[in-house]
Amino acid sequence: MDAKDTMTLEIFRYHPETDSEPRFQPYEVPYNEDWVVLDAINWIKDHVDGSLTHRWSCRMGVCGSCGMMVNGEPKLTCAAFLKDYYPFGIKVEPLVNFAVERDLVVDMDGFMDKLQEVKPYIIRDDVNDTSEGEYRQSPAQLAQYKQYSMCINCMLCYAACPVAGHEDEFLGPAALALGHRYNKDSRDQGQAERLDVMLAGEAIWGCTFVGECTVVCPKHVDPAGAIQQAKAMAAQEFFKGFVMPKGTGA
Amino acid sequence: MSHGTTHEHDVIIIGGGGAGLRASIAIAQENPSFSVACVSKVYPMRSHTVTAEGGAAASIKPNDTLEDHIYDTISGADWLADQDAVEYFVHQAPPEMVQLEHWGCPWSREPDGSVAVRPFGGMKIERTWFAADKTGFHMLHSLFQTTLKYGNIVRYDEHFATRLLIDDDGRCRGCAAIELHTGRVKAILGKSVIICTGGAGRVFPFTTNGAIKTGDGMSMAYRAGVALKDMEFIQYHPTGLPGTGILITEASRGEGGILVNKDGYRYLQDYDLGQPLDVSDPRHPLKRAMELGPRDKLSQCFIKERWAGRTIETRDGHVVHLDLRHLGEAKIDKRIPFVRELARSYAGIDPVHQPIPVRPVVHYVMGGIDVDSNSATTIPGLYAAGECACVSINGANRLGSNSLTELLVFGAQAGKHAARFAMDHPDYNVSALETQAEDEGARVRRAFFDAPRKGGERIVTLRTELHEAMENGAGIYRDAESLEAACATVADLQERYAKLNIDDRTHSFNTELTAALELGSLLDCAEAMAHSGLQRTESRGSHQRLDHTERNDEEFLAHSLAFHQPDGSVPRIEYKPVTITKWPPGARTYGAGSGLKRE
Repeated sequence: MDAKDTMTLEIFRYHPETDSEPRFQPYEVPYNEDWVVLDAINWIKDHVDGSLTHRWSCRMGVCGSCGMMVNGEPKLTCAAFLKDYYPFGIKVEPLVNFAVERDLVVDMDGFMDKLQEVKPYIIRDDVNDTSEGEYRQSPAQLAQYKQYSMCINCMLCYAACPVAGHEDEFLGPAALALGHRYNKDSRDQGQAERLDVMLAGEAIWGCTFVGECTVVCPKHVDPAGAIQQAKAMAAQEFFKGFVMPKGTGA
Repeated sequence: MSHGTTHEHDVIIIGGGGAGLRASIAIAQENPSFSVACVSKVYPMRSHTVTAEGGAAASIKPNDTLEDHIYDTISGADWLADQDAVEYFVHQAPPEMVQLEHWGCPWSREPDGSVAVRPFGGMKIERTWFAADKTGFHMLHSLFQTTLKYGNIVRYDEHFATRLLIDDDGRCRGCAAIELHTGRVKAILGKSVIICTGGAGRVFPFTTNGAIKTGDGMSMAYRAGVALKDMEFIQYHPTGLPGTGILITEASRGEGGILVNKDGYRYLQDYDLGQPLDVSDPRHPLKRAMELGPRDKLSQCFIKERWAGRTIETRDGHVVHLDLRHLGEAKIDKRIPFVRELARSYAGIDPVHQPIPVRPVVHYVMGGIDVDSNSATTIPGLYAAGECACVSINGANRLGSNSLTELLVFGAQAGKHAARFAMDHPDYNVSALETQAEDEGARVRRAFFDAPRKGGERIVTLRTELHEAMENGAGIYRDAESLEAACATVADLQERYAKLNIDDRTHSFNTELTAALELGSLLDCAEAMAHSGLQRTESRGSHQRLDHTERNDEEFLAHSLAFHQPDGSVPRIEYKPVTITKWPPGARTYGAGSGLKRE
């Protein structure tokens, strides 16, 4: 590597206290083939411009903080290597389909509300005491929902989804996949309760099955598949006329 | 920093990681009329618990006993753990882990549907529960999602707590916190407070710890007058990826991975860790031996191999090889898929076909806020749990897979006792506490916004010097000279910190301000680490002195307590004895025949 090599990052800037509209600011950063886009952004913040604002923590693709648009694609910036863009410039923007708080930081409140709406926790009528030991769950039963439990809430799928940006009622890929994860868990008996939420308005029906959510997921979750399966379950529930008593399980 | 609003609850929890969430649920469930505030500088699912990989220990299998878990923990701690606390921890571990299973944690399973376990370092019998190799991630998300069930848990996401609020009677009654979205300083008040802010690995340059692990809670407690205990004990995990410091889990050795030097030789056999079995031997990997020795010893062996010239030089420094190839693709993908993903992404190698380059990396702070086994500090109404706290069950070296369980056991314990305190001491003076919060806002404004822009230094300058000082002075091997140098540099940095210059003087989401505040926390933690290390003139567990190479139970079978001095002078170091119940200090042996001797 030539130590003098550099790359240009063009970064979206917007500060609600001082800017009437967003702008792009170019920064020249040293090119290091081991660096990810996040390293370059941190280098700018440390050495050039302390006001540049972004979220990050684990830098190993599991905390879900550092999702941004990199050259128009939703990416975890801790997993997007400079070498994959070199020698061309990189344009960094906040995730689309979210309101911008400042620079690369988006407003997560709506997303957090949607996660809560799907009741993402075990619901049971009969709760065992811990002294009775664990609920048994075979590896095959675990496999029924395991992939849907891998979501890191990075919200890339909302940025990729053509519906999430303009249909507020739509719960969106990550929240629906999470609801589905609990519906498919053999320990859970809350499917009917959860489907009530999913069936309402455009909550699930907003999905037009473009499938981009699954394509961009950095953890190989298949929200599109979850949504299709959940739609089928919801439809079944619908045709039963909601006569199934709550809590009878999957 | 404009003055914000006042918010009143029953119990305030600072930190939304594993311990904070477990404490929140404990209170919300047992006290439905209570309002619980969970104040976190990040959204809870971003907390560093999320990165823990290998697993969480609890003795549930018929071939295991509680006594074995206790002995492994105490001997692993080089006898610096309080044995009453360890006994409580080990007894509570199984019900807590089952509770998390009932809350939906996707534990890996045996064919009969029971929870599967794997061996970890320093364990005589396998007892580590795991969710493939994303155990912390699944635990954190299961806990977070479970909190969503309780309407009486009120989250203050992205609120950076900077000061504990103490009432006229000396009781802790809340915190001042900056709401990142607006920059306002809020007074968040309650009848008791639990700190669950995690560790301080970011004191060092090469660490598995995420950016957020800056010891903020330790610093707040230290400045409020609580001692930081056993801060000289810093855990280096033996297998981090060079360059990034990303962790390659101990589970990779629990599943049978081996460590070799530049000659392909399993060098651990040269350091009193037993004899290697061939990887094809069905008894491999032997527990409490070789690659399944404790982390402190394995990291020390690396340094000795390096001194002997038998490590491998790379552009990211010296490494050894962690070889998993004999496990085969199917086992790697089933049991440690994240290891493969990380090695491919960040080291450019596929462990199915190539060994992984690894080197020791700062991973965990055994020390922390001095608490008793009820999770109580010396300030009435103030509790702490998780990595920020030091009970101590971890002593001079924590066993892998005890920390995740500790979050649950002592998170619940802190919740129970903080709730009880809140019930017994309901009244406090709101306006006096509001005044403290206003003062705190003014302090932050003076320190970082009113300072002249000329002459001050950048955050990165000070942080880089701190990193160098701590790595050189308080690393795996230390001596008086290196620790004195670290103490001197930290003192110098503290003076220069008072004149820090930040570019950003605006209010909304000012992450340069939070980085400046975090640097202050790091300096406090570093001060306690370096001074406690200097005073402890013995070698024990992770604290290895080249000038005092033996363990000295006569003088140092004791916890160090570092007290902050408000006048800025060096911390006062005191000692308190370790609680020994049934396991008198003995030789710490690994390899064949190690472990608890049965009568």
